[in-house]
Amino acid sequence: MNEQIIGTTSNLTAHDRIDHLQARLGLNRMGHKVVPGLYSLGTPDQRSPVLVSANYTLSFNALRSSLAGTDCYILVLDTKGVNVWCAAGKGTFGTEELVHRIQVTGLERVVEHRQLILPQLGAPGVAAHQVKKSTGFSVSYGPIRASDLQEYMREGKASPEMRRVTFPWRDRAVLTLVEVKLSLKYLIPLSIILFFIAGILGVLVAVVAVLGGTVLFPLLLPHLPTRDLSSKGLILGALLSLPFIAWLAYDGSVNALALALLILALLLIMSPVVGYMALNFTGCTTYTSRTGVKKEIFRWVPVMVAMLIVGLSMLSISGAMYWGWL
Amino acid sequence: MMMEIPLIMGTKEAEDNAINTLRFYPGRCINCGRCYEVCPHGVFAPSEARAKMIAPERCMECGACQVNCPVAAISVDSGVGCASAMIKAALTGSKEVTCGPECCGR
Repeated sequence: MNEQIIGTTSNLTAHDRIDHLQARLGLNRMGHKVVPGLYSLGTPDQRSPVLVSANYTLSFNALRSSLAGTDCYILVLDTKGVNVWCAAGKGTFGTEELVHRIQVTGLERVVEHRQLILPQLGAPGVAAHQVKKSTGFSVSYGPIRASDLQEYMREGKASPEMRRVTFPWRDRAVLTLVEVKLSLKYLIPLSIILFFIAGILGVLVAVVAVLGGTVLFPLLLPHLPTRDLSSKGLILGALLSLPFIAWLAYDGSVNALALALLILALLLIMSPVVGYMALNFTGCTTYTSRTGVKKEIFRWVPVMVAMLIVGLSMLSISGAMYWGWL
Repeated sequence: MMMEIPLIMGTKEAEDNAINTLRFYPGRCINCGRCYEVCPHGVFAPSEARAKMIAPERCMECGACQVNCPVAAISVDSGVGCASAMIKAALTGSKEVTCGPECCGR
């Protein structure tokens, strides 16, 4: 069998960057795929290292762009266009696919050694000892970040820092793009409804709450007090209601009771709305566990529902008073 | 995904962790070093005869250590710590999905 090896480079083109932006914006969601198979970077020979990646453009491009000047092979698994960590959780970046891909590419005839370097975050899907048993290839887990690869290959091992996943502001900021995009489908109809009920102020409340949950929350995540995401979100939501409360109190166009009810309503609605969005951000972080999230749901969802019910009731009463029905 | 491992192999360390589903049975450990190679949160650390579970509270239950432990000295009920997926599963009565085309689009 003649092994088909696809040539690639470490350069990212303008086309790649447009693709990355689209992927980050959640556009053409399943269209960011690379053809699975064996790739060569530079001029590798039989002794060159073999690195394994996913067939998601952001994963593959992060890998190859950090390998400038290195002659190597890249084995791209078919993860259905999903990144390494998520695909490992699903099992598509997994033992079975890796064994299969080694076999169909004829990797054992391309290189004389029997070593593979996998991204550390691929480990939840791959049983290294089973890969060794099935194919003879031993798996080494490289660093978490592709940018540490050159140093890893030079030193022959990863430092403890390279093995620890982080969630820096850049990574959090890039996620806000898709969060905003996903929120538009409920923010737009909600804003239209609120415009007719409460005018421009209603629209502002909705926009601030949703942008608070999708943009401010991820950015402020480590700086908000408390530990779990729900309570962090509840606090942020309450803080975001304060300017509106101040404005309402200053404006003073309704009677004292209606105003008090309106203020409490704003607080009791904005806080759980942002809190709920914060809770739903758990899946995007790099550290929440299933057990922890389950606890969080049971602890905070009832609180959020109660706040929302009381808040909406107060809002209705206040509205009825404003329109002179009470 | 929970593996049935008899507690006979367990020690005090194995039963100590009540924070999450991660269990370590040091009696089985052959000190191959995989667990601290794969863990993204430094839950395990090398020590002389066997690996040591130094920070179980940092575990995110990704399952990497269990999958890569050749002697089943670690068990963890792995899954994605994603409220979105859990709430969706609870509301629709369907199976909890993992990240990808069936889920949120992130």
